[in-house]
Amino acid sequence: MLGPDRARAEPLELLLYGRDAGVERGEAAAVCFPATGSEVAAAVGVAARHGRPFVARGSGTGLAGGATPVDRPVVIVTTHLNRVLDVDPVDRVAWVEPGVLNLDLSRAVRHLGLHYAPDPSSQAACSVGGNVATNAGGPHCLAYGVTAAHVVAVDVVLPDGTTAQLGDAAPDQPGYDLRGCFVGSEGTMGIARRIAVRLTPNPPVVRTLLLDFAAIDDAAATVSGIIAAGIVPAALEMMDAEITRAVEDFVSAGFPRDADAVLLVELDGLAGGVEAQVEAVREVGRRHGARTVRVAADEAERALLWKGRKSAFGAIARIAPDYYLHDAVVPRTRLVDVLRQVYDIAREQRLTMMNVFHAGDGNLHPLIVFDAREPGVWQRVHDAGDAILAACVAVGGVLSGEHGIGLEKRDKMPLIFSADDLDAQARLRDAFDPAGLANPQKVLPRGSRCGELQRVPEGAWV
Amino acid sequence: MGLTSGIAHDVALEHARAVDELAATVAAADAVAPCGAGTHWEVGGPPPAGVRVHAPSGVLAYDPHELTVTLGAGTPAADLARVLAAAGQECPLDPRDSRATVGGIVAAGLSGHRRLRYGPLRDHVLEVHFVTADGRVVKGGGKTVKNVSGYDLPRLLVGSLGTIGVLTEMTLRCRPVAPIASWFVTDRPPDAVRAALFRPSAVLWDGTTTTVLLEGHPDDVDTERAAARLDGRRPASAALPWPAGPHRGRVSVRPGSLPELATRFGRIEGLRWLAEVGVGTVHVGCDEPATLGAARAAADDVGGWLLREAGAPELDGFGGPLPNAALMARIRYAFDPTGKLSPGRLPLPPP
Repeated sequence: MLGPDRARAEPLELLLYGRDAGVERGEAAAVCFPATGSEVAAAVGVAARHGRPFVARGSGTGLAGGATPVDRPVVIVTTHLNRVLDVDPVDRVAWVEPGVLNLDLSRAVRHLGLHYAPDPSSQAACSVGGNVATNAGGPHCLAYGVTAAHVVAVDVVLPDGTTAQLGDAAPDQPGYDLRGCFVGSEGTMGIARRIAVRLTPNPPVVRTLLLDFAAIDDAAATVSGIIAAGIVPAALEMMDAEITRAVEDFVSAGFPRDADAVLLVELDGLAGGVEAQVEAVREVGRRHGARTVRVAADEAERALLWKGRKSAFGAIARIAPDYYLHDAVVPRTRLVDVLRQVYDIAREQRLTMMNVFHAGDGNLHPLIVFDAREPGVWQRVHDAGDAILAACVAVGGVLSGEHGIGLEKRDKMPLIFSADDLDAQARLRDAFDPAGLANPQKVLPRGSRCGELQRVPEGAWV
Repeated sequence: MGLTSGIAHDVALEHARAVDELAATVAAADAVAPCGAGTHWEVGGPPPAGVRVHAPSGVLAYDPHELTVTLGAGTPAADLARVLAAAGQECPLDPRDSRATVGGIVAAGLSGHRRLRYGPLRDHVLEVHFVTADGRVVKGGGKTVKNVSGYDLPRLLVGSLGTIGVLTEMTLRCRPVAPIASWFVTDRPPDAVRAALFRPSAVLWDGTTTTVLLEGHPDDVDTERAAARLDGRRPASAALPWPAGPHRGRVSVRPGSLPELATRFGRIEGLRWLAEVGVGTVHVGCDEPATLGAARAAADDVGGWLLREAGAPELDGFGGPLPNAALMARIRYAFDPTGKLSPGRLPLPPP
């Protein structure tokens, strides 16, 4: 079916594809690289016939272990499926293959005055297929919504090897929203081989502001103040003191090295509304003690500010070799409270903690920076992660805003879902994948299915 | 702070009591027909037989700073709109009949006429609670504006026509109301109008007149109006020209196929219609059932489909088998093994 160069089981490949950008490691039985949609269907079909689990993998930038192979599956890599198939400027819909990189898609439609709105920090490297699997977000999802709001249809290979189109370029399909179920299912409902995405018109006016504060509480109060003023910015990002210094050392974007926190605010739309909002944000910032409000003068300065934000994770590599990142979401009004707890947790565990996150939608990104060679550090990192999730859930938060559950947060699901809630999710998943072959062991903890816990093993004494 | 703390404890207690009662009723019944205000009672398959059940109403939590609101599924859309408006916010549900309940709107999957700008209904539903066929209360999604924790049950419930569970509670995303909203009418072709506008809230077209809604800063509305040469301001009080008639339906078609559909519709005597340009939804109404059948044939011809919303009882609700019916049936019967929830509403083969 696939030549020897596109189906591999050498130790090097198995090692390379044994993990994603998260921390969990697994083991693949084989790795294959289909180059067409039919080859994806054939690969899944072979796996299904042999009762062998399979895992889809895009660029491997996922942070939750979603593409980490468990149960020695076949890893199906979609990077060779990288063509933009069709762009319809009237419908504002593009059909793409799953391996197309997020940023390449926006570049491909730039001449039409359009772009693909979800913009994860990894957008230069992550694939649209991977974005669909995780329902990826990004700074601009505050105003524009996450991936699910931008995928109108997916042509998928279901776990039994059959194919189906879920959703349509027409606004509604009869019956259930299978497309909506598939997006964010982390590869447990099949593999997308073609994806129809909505394209968004480029805003005529964009203004990017950098506000800096002597106290992080003031920055958080400004976030609430902006929302209270009736403004939903295109993006509203916060960076704390540590990460601001790290980023400034890395990109020299002119971020104040003595700030306790900075806010990056982007406003877009038509001139009248944007200029009024710029003034309003300036005023809200001043009222809450912003030391300076810098408005990017031109596209180059704007790009530099964003480069600072999006290269945060590159910047920290200069501080310590390893990092561990959560992405819980908390109600916006609890940001200050939760941040304080997050810093306390880091102090208790003697860890370096940095925060760079989507403040506008309460999506935290507490970043623990460490050196894994230090004995015992992993335990402290894990304990800190657990404590952070618990603190977020305690104020009504959720486990993940954009990275997904994968392997990493699977066993935390009962923190926010009851046994009945998890059972309902398992029913939906099992309807797509009755044989349980698609990315097994991910998302739902063992015991999610009603009766799974109560089942008595054969031959056991009762 | 906000209204959360101001909402009477009694509402929450009463809601919990009503949900318990509802769950017991559902568990005991052989057939259940969840019902909102009945404004879209005929959508899709024939209205189901069975015990009619109603979800409790009332806003359970609302903090304007969070841009989210939690309410009983039986809450009328008009009540929700009033609560949000008091804080300068809205959730653009825009049902044609404001007596419709929020739960009914979600179950019927009705997106409002501002979908072009604000997106479909499914993008506004963050969390749902529903009673399962065996009487358990299940939560899907989460109350925060952003969440990818677990499977997207809210999207499964949107448009499921009461066949997965009985909705009892939901959390919706809200947004600040725009500084101004102005309607315009023009006889210019809708595609030219839309192409001249950056982010119109609605562009509606009935084959002769284009009706446009612009929302935003007053200067921007003026600029946009001038750019698209929209001269005729339409009074805000004027009703939208929804196609009336005892037989009604909703067509879904690729937005690019609208001109072709309009040509075909123009040849159907007695058919009234209003298209959401850029979206691809076309509302149709007529006096004779056969006219609705002709509209369906025209929709089929251009690769779309027509959902029967009212009247024409002899016309199949969906016009044929559902796409991916086997998979949909597996989902349906995984949640409701005996098919007792809204029986007959969705044409799915038995398991």
